[in-house]
Amino acid sequence: MSMRTLKHYVKSFLFLELIQGLMVTFKYLFKKKITLQYPEQKTPISPRFRGLHAQRRYANGEERCIACKLCEAVCPALAITIDVEERDDGTRRTSRYDIDLFKCIYCGFCEEACPVDAIVETEIFEYHFENRGENIMTKDKLLAVGDKYEEQIAENRAADAPYR
Amino acid sequence: MEWLFSLAPDFAVEFWNWLPQWIQVLAENLLYIVMIMVPLMLSVAYVTYAERKIIGYMQVRLGPNRVGPKGWLQPIADAVKLMFKEIIIPTNSNRFLFLLAPVLTIGPALAAWAVIPFFDGVQLSNLNAGLLYILALTSMGVYGVIIAGWSSNSKYALLGALRSAAQVVAYEIAMGFALVGVLMASGSLNLGDIIARQAGGFTSWFWLPLLPLLAVYFISGVAETNRAPFDVAEGESEIVAGFHVDYSGMAFAVFFLAEYANIILIAALTSLMFFGGWMSPFGSMADHAILGDGTHWFILKTMFFIYMFLWFRATFPRYRYDQIMRLGWKVFIPITIIWIVVEAVMVVMQVGPWAVDAVAATATVMGGS
Repeated sequence: MSMRTLKHYVKSFLFLELIQGLMVTFKYLFKKKITLQYPEQKTPISPRFRGLHAQRRYANGEERCIACKLCEAVCPALAITIDVEERDDGTRRTSRYDIDLFKCIYCGFCEEACPVDAIVETEIFEYHFENRGENIMTKDKLLAVGDKYEEQIAENRAADAPYR
Repeated sequence: MEWLFSLAPDFAVEFWNWLPQWIQVLAENLLYIVMIMVPLMLSVAYVTYAERKIIGYMQVRLGPNRVGPKGWLQPIADAVKLMFKEIIIPTNSNRFLFLLAPVLTIGPALAAWAVIPFFDGVQLSNLNAGLLYILALTSMGVYGVIIAGWSSNSKYALLGALRSAAQVVAYEIAMGFALVGVLMASGSLNLGDIIARQAGGFTSWFWLPLLPLLAVYFISGVAETNRAPFDVAEGESEIVAGFHVDYSGMAFAVFFLAEYANIILIAALTSLMFFGGWMSPFGSMADHAILGDGTHWFILKTMFFIYMFLWFRATFPRYRYDQIMRLGWKVFIPITIIWIVVEAVMVVMQVGPWAVDAVAATATVMGGS
């Protein structure tokens, strides 16, 4: 019997390595726990976070979107549907702007493509649907989200502006 | 029973005395069974909670903490959930055997508690062949597993049952041999006597002279209960949950209860056979109410071994199947056989902790049988 096998036998019969392993887990038993108690505690969110979509308005209340359809073209999931019309004052506007949140992959390309910063992704991520069809974000719903969170949206855009 | 009589009103005592003898015996024993079963079932529930909590802590998580204060009601919530779930019986399964299997699994796990001494004389039945009874009942559990796997009409369940059965049978031999060592050291099959032989402090318990057998016994116990790292019978990546894949609702819960009841049983047996049961580790040095002998020491020791089960699960990766078989057949059985021979020589030569009366006791057992 070589020295090595003898050493191996001694090691395995005294459970040396097993006890070493047990000690590791025992040490971890008393370590500080890193769990976050989710609804009460939350992780910090980056200004670049891509959550629920919103449409923004200018300060005078005019909607930003000019129906250029760049977002519809760039959308890899084909989640955006846009219909265009000429409004009474002669400007080009959308008559329909739907985002299917089931198709959307939250890549943020629509936001990057937008020449007027109209479509944005907010940091809202806690939302759900209870009925069929609620997954379609219509223009009204998008504008409502934008109106409600405009302050935060503007703040996040400003924070990220130097890196764009 | 006397303290109950002193509390009860006269007419109740009269009514009791009026009852026929066999009803009195039956009622008394039923009362004792309930007194063992209810705390046991509660501790089974809370062992599941302890398991999730301890393993969670070892993985730097918090574990369940939402249901009730600090999650203490979690096992109750689990039980309620399982009770309201449907018991699905698979097509072409053997309905009778399918429903019999959980009963066969939990029956022996609970019945073995009949001979466990909680304190000097405090046990349901003071069986002289207590150790044999325990061995027989812990072997019975495998029938439930095989029948469950077979009657489910599922390949996963069948494979899981076969693995589990082969493993349990392999480790039972080593376990039996380890208990033979205990039997030789104590000279008795009676669990009360086994503990009485370990009287004295920490150092006079059997764990010291029987150290290799203790290791073999406890590891075999882990394998016998199909717990990690020997839980190939329920390898999630290969055969889902093993022999109980097709069980749901309360039928599944019964398997679950049986698994944890077995853990508690093995832990209790380890503390009985090798760690002096209800003996105080301080021996005759401390005759204080808390430090002296008592059921609380038995419970504490049992809790420690239950904790070992959970600790192992949090630490070790699952054994490969052929390695399990190798460990059982080619390592543990030779170790126990060699140690039994060594021990026999030591007993005959009167070397070591078992003194003159041990030999005398062995002689009486031999002569008596």
